[in-house]
Amino acid sequence: MTPSLDTVSVILVYSAIAVYALAFIAFTMDLARRAGEVRTVAAASVGTAASSGSGGTALLDREQIEAGDATASRGRLVWLRIGLSLTIIGFVVHLVATVLRGLAAERVPWANMYEFSLTATLIITAVFLGVQLRQDLRFLGTFIIGLVTVLLGLSTVGFYVSVVPLPPSLQSIWLIIHVFVASLGTAFLGLGAALSIMQLLQHRREGLPVESRFTRMRAFASLPDAEKLENLAYRLIIVGFVFWTFTLIAGAIWAEAAWGRYWGWDVKEVWTFVIWTIFAGYIHARSTRGWRGVPSAWLAIVGFSSVLFNYTVVNLFFNGLHSYSGLTE
Amino acid sequence: MARSSDGSKATEGVLRPSDHIDSTPADGGGLNEPKLGVLGYLRFFWRQLTSMRTALVLLLLLAVAAVPGSLVPQRSADPNGVAQYFVTNPDLAPILDSIQMFDVYTSAWFSAIYLLLFVSLVGCIIPRIRHHWQAMRARPPRTPKRLSRLEGFVRDERAEGTVADAVDAAERTLKRAGYRTERYGDSVSAERGYLRETGNLVFHSALVGVLVTVGVGGGFGYQGQKIIVEGQTFVNTLLAYDSFSPGRFFDQDALDPYSITLDQLDVVYEEENLDALGQPTDFTAHVDLLDQDGTTSDGEIKVNHPLRVHGNDVFLLGNGYAPVITVRDGEGNIAFSEAVPFLPQDANLTSLGVVKVPDALPEQLGLVGFAYPTQGYLDSGAMTSVYPDDIRPVVSFNVFTGDLGVDDGIPRSVYELDTRDMTQVAGRGTDVDAIILEPGQTQDLPNGLGSVTFESMPRFVSVDVHHDPSQLWVLVFAVLVLLGLLSSLFIPRRRVWIRVTAGADGGIVSEYAGLARGEDPGLSAAVSALAKQHADRL
Ligand code: HEM
Repeated sequence: MTPSLDTVSVILVYSAIAVYALAFIAFTMDLARRAGEVRTVAAASVGTAASSGSGGTALLDREQIEAGDATASRGRLVWLRIGLSLTIIGFVVHLVATVLRGLAAERVPWANMYEFSLTATLIITAVFLGVQLRQDLRFLGTFIIGLVTVLLGLSTVGFYVSVVPLPPSLQSIWLIIHVFVASLGTAFLGLGAALSIMQLLQHRREGLPVESRFTRMRAFASLPDAEKLENLAYRLIIVGFVFWTFTLIAGAIWAEAAWGRYWGWDVKEVWTFVIWTIFAGYIHARSTRGWRGVPSAWLAIVGFSSVLFNYTVVNLFFNGLHSYSGLTE
Repeated sequence: MARSSDGSKATEGVLRPSDHIDSTPADGGGLNEPKLGVLGYLRFFWRQLTSMRTALVLLLLLAVAAVPGSLVPQRSADPNGVAQYFVTNPDLAPILDSIQMFDVYTSAWFSAIYLLLFVSLVGCIIPRIRHHWQAMRARPPRTPKRLSRLEGFVRDERAEGTVADAVDAAERTLKRAGYRTERYGDSVSAERGYLRETGNLVFHSALVGVLVTVGVGGGFGYQGQKIIVEGQTFVNTLLAYDSFSPGRFFDQDALDPYSITLDQLDVVYEEENLDALGQPTDFTAHVDLLDQDGTTSDGEIKVNHPLRVHGNDVFLLGNGYAPVITVRDGEGNIAFSEAVPFLPQDANLTSLGVVKVPDALPEQLGLVGFAYPTQGYLDSGAMTSVYPDDIRPVVSFNVFTGDLGVDDGIPRSVYELDTRDMTQVAGRGTDVDAIILEPGQTQDLPNGLGSVTFESMPRFVSVDVHHDPSQLWVLVFAVLVLLGLLSSLFIPRRRVWIRVTAGADGGIVSEYAGLARGEDPGLSAAVSALAKQHADRL
């Protein structure tokens, strides 16, 4: 009974990975389409610009693009829709797989690295889907679903462990709270960082001379401008930051109960602190003259890279009290 | 966004460092000031220290400075790791040590960064608290002449109604929505979201609170480790601890001499799941507590559930077996009879231990050996433990005679035997077999040196006893940090104005507009919502 549940769960995880991979392809097709479609418009408008002299080129081009957008975006929308639908299907399969794993283990499914990957990527997808209800961020699909596919794939192949009972040190309500909120924080910080990457690319594009915007970085023409991307990133990151702050505090409370001290600079604690500090820096940077824009975007990216580093390299190669990957024994 | 086009106005009411994005660019202060006296230099320095840029750079420096502590073992968390590091990297280790790389979090450089950061923080929040205190009691500012230039502008004409009624309704609408209002003629000026700045100040002050309570409060505490064998009693006095680290302000009288007797350690092992056979799933230490005044009570210590007694927290951190060994010497006297804690070496609790018998005659005796709770064999034929529960306990010893080296006053680990001045008389490498015993068995030592008896094999626990009076305060400040953060990030601070004028051909015209004070993506929507609520009241 028990092992068969887990087997079904694993099969579903592989299915979810496959569906996500397809969704990733659809989202990428959308980006590619954006590039292609602007090119056709650009070809037309460069022609007119050349004949009408240099005067109001910028304005003219913008109109051309918008007009082109309306006619040519149908094909693109199809890819976005396919991407999003596949993501939803993948999410449902992934959700069932995760729930089954929890049932098989008779506890929350986030107690070792494999399970944590399962749940954390599920939450990343959930947040990605949830955010769409308030703000159309489907264009982040390539980044986010790409990340989810890779993380889920790697951890299923590399970190899978069969169901084993929890060691006493992990039997705590704080495991449930601390790890869950950490995953939520990771999801928001990840979305924010993806937006920051887009922001940097968009910024680069905005710095190009108007003419060459049609030949280089075309895919970004139909995306929000850099300032809008930055504001969106900020709003997601502050939510992630609050979750991360809570994770830090909950972790300290748990550490006190389990090891007798709330803070001991264990490697995992160090990295949680480092990440917290980087994002506090990010929030300040956004309010500091000369640091808003590109530098603060870099801080968000460095911050999220540290999250990934903390989760992979620190878990696997640094030894500390938190060695919970379940892979050592 | 309105505030970037109207930056100077947005700063009134909220004091920000001069390089804050919302404040007016450098007001002549700093480098281009003509004459800098001593006072001028001090002021200049102080302004630099309390600027956003300095805070930001110090924060990032702090993040970078924390990293090495995760790469190199730290004395506070992992003293054995540090010792090991010195062995494996004999050239590098002393260099790292000289720049305090093994004590990163108490090092001069790490401390310098966070102390500077906190000086900057205090210098930054004190004027802001003063300013905010005044701002909270100030009246909302005059209604600007032209509302149409502000954010979310809405204009609404209607054929009926009087201006006076409409202004009343506007004031009520705004009050309802949580605004502080002030009338200026036929307009209402309103402001809300003071909690945003309050939250920001609570957040930053609570960070200082965390630092101070951790730094000062921790000094009054202490922390000690003790191994207790089943049946043994531990009295909370300084001498009874195996190791003890007092805080800076620790006073020995603070120790309350209650006692803890370990009745029994119950361990539950996984017996069904074949992937985890023998994995412990629960440890429960049953203890008797004896107070100074003679009252007794029962207690329980589990992992994740420390025992809280007399302001102490007693944590269950480790466990193992402590075989009771009796040694009779060559003259037939009982030279030793004690439970000896053995250190677990693997998941099945194959454990390593040392028995030192300084009182044995004619020569001192030393035994080094293993305890196997469930004895089995490796493929090589060597003995090992195959299960962590004590199903088939066996101990085995190599025996040495000679000088234990315990009389020269140099402290020696109880888990190591210094055999330099000793001769091995039994076990691997000699003609005599190692001593192998089951509970109750006795075996004679060679050359008439005496005998060894394995009496029984109780378990031991290692407990950590903590006293930290600051803990609760750290938690209180941490919760304030979180609450302050929530209100400062998510409560919008905004101004809204409603102006009512008489329409050209009777009726009234209402105008609505807002001004963001900091990050406020929902302002336009909020102004429209207010306009609608106002219209509903008319
Ligand atoms: C211990 C170091 C510090 C940490 C961890 C920290 C963290 C933060 C965080 C998380 C925020 C955003 C939340 C909020 O608005 O309350 C913030 C905002 C702010 N901090 Fe700090 N801070 C630190 C030191 C400082 C210092 C030294 C200054 C003074 C220069 C400062 C000035 C500000 C200001 C003005 C804001 C508001 C930014 C805005 O208007 O958006 N902080 N800080």
